[in-house]
Amino acid sequence: MEITKCAAAGTMESSDVYVEIEPRETGLEVELQSVVQAQFGQAIEETVRQVLKDCGVENAKVRVVDRGALECVIRARVETAAMRGKGEA
Amino acid sequence: MDTKLVKSIREAVQLSGLKSGMTVSFHHHLRNGDFVLNMVMEEIAALGLKDIFVNASSLFDVHTPMLQHIENHVVTGISADYISGGLGRPISQGILDKPVQFRTHGGRPSDISLGRTPIDVAFIAAPTADPMGNCSGKYGKSACGSLGYAFADAMYAKKVVVITDNLVEYPLQDFSISEDYVDFVVQVDAIGNPKGIVSGTTQITRDPVGLVMADLAAKVIDASGLLKDGFSFQTGAGGASLAAASFLKDIMLKKGIQGSFGLGGITGYLVDMLHAGCFRSLLDVQCFDLKAVESIRTDPRHQEISAMHYASPSSRSAAVDSLDVVILGATEIDTDFNVNVHTDSNGYIMGGSGGHSDTAAGAKLAMIIAPMFRARLPIVTDRVTCISTPGRDIDVLVTQGGIAVNPKNTELMQRLAAAGLPVVDIRELKEKAERITGKPSRLPKGDRAVAEVIYRDGTLLDTIYNVK
Repeated sequence: MEITKCAAAGTMESSDVYVEIEPRETGLEVELQSVVQAQFGQAIEETVRQVLKDCGVENAKVRVVDRGALECVIRARVETAAMRGKGEA
Repeated sequence: MDTKLVKSIREAVQLSGLKSGMTVSFHHHLRNGDFVLNMVMEEIAALGLKDIFVNASSLFDVHTPMLQHIENHVVTGISADYISGGLGRPISQGILDKPVQFRTHGGRPSDISLGRTPIDVAFIAAPTADPMGNCSGKYGKSACGSLGYAFADAMYAKKVVVITDNLVEYPLQDFSISEDYVDFVVQVDAIGNPKGIVSGTTQITRDPVGLVMADLAAKVIDASGLLKDGFSFQTGAGGASLAAASFLKDIMLKKGIQGSFGLGGITGYLVDMLHAGCFRSLLDVQCFDLKAVESIRTDPRHQEISAMHYASPSSRSAAVDSLDVVILGATEIDTDFNVNVHTDSNGYIMGGSGGHSDTAAGAKLAMIIAPMFRARLPIVTDRVTCISTPGRDIDVLVTQGGIAVNPKNTELMQRLAAAGLPVVDIRELKEKAERITGKPSRLPKGDRAVAEVIYRDGTLLDTIYNVK
């Protein structure tokens, strides 16, 4: 399933995460900014890539601005952004 | 001498005999509205003085012009009880030549009075003063209420300069600091911005997690055995602490308990408790809002106290020694109950003890109130980034996920369990939080000391390192 348009989900509130997704020719590019970069940066990137994989997204550029969201919130926001980018939501 | 009035801050600095390498001091009752420290440091820099040590009771974001003076080596050393993030962050990145010396609100006046930290020139920001230097914080357009932290500076500095924006005829009635300590008086247009000096009203939290914690906190006090006639109490100005005070007030009124005193930085909520009959008096080292300022000005039951009287361990006695319960905050607490209030979870300086470790040491029940996690970071860790208050002085941690009692306080543990409160092991709280947040990676430790945390008795408690 391809990302066909730019889409976003989430907010910049504390404990939330803002996810933007846009089409890309080949492969995944994940750009991450987080207030807990040092403590959870790697875990967040893994989560983002796993959710995209589960959604069948192989080619996309994703920008994640994390304000300390829990993993369940990150999963929900990434999934929503991906579905919007596919035109499914 | 006709009067002690001099024309300008510059003239006062010159007449005081201040030279490079000496120490100046400031107090922080004007908080984030303070103009005095910046005005004085600007004149010191303009006079070409270097290598000045600044002993301030606290530093706020309004004081970031200090960064320029640090860069130019006008300021080379700092002692403070609290430093907010605006200055704390660059200090954590290593801008100062010598590590900052963090003290406590009780340790600072103790070290001053014992001659460990001599002050050459003290600058007193005075909302009202007369030409001989009698001064008060209760009156004037920049009124801040108590001048508690400035007493030690006035009493022990070699020279004392009073800076005011409300000069009145001699003699000022109801003064706080008296003329016998004062060398020079300067009149300026404004010593501060009233909006930054005191907030209108600090609000009780509406956050449901905060309200759950506050409710538990009040129940812990109720079950502790300390809540009876003569009860004494201190709380911070944070939203959850204020909510706890509000719930406590309801319990006290319902049970008809008359306490003895409310202590510390005083908010309108403690004033309300005084009026409702929960306390006989308030002992006030600093006012946090306009209601407290109005109260200390008009109500004789609301008494100004010096920082020595508040919390100094070398006073013959201090009010904290008679304190029953204190509610305190934490950025981190470890499984040995050590508390960090100096740095954020990334290691940057953004606070300080203030009266945290003084009241924890003095109070019969020292309670930490904190959520299980903030954003994604658990509050309970294996080891805090910085020990601000040693775990031996903390009795109980209250979170929304349960209450952890320090194992040394077996009586409290039994009382809370008997009251049916949700008592858990602190390690269980840590695991519970980590199940929700995940386990955070440890931060790399810096290789250079940027601050020393000096305990109230003058000994080194911990060292804060730079953030890489």
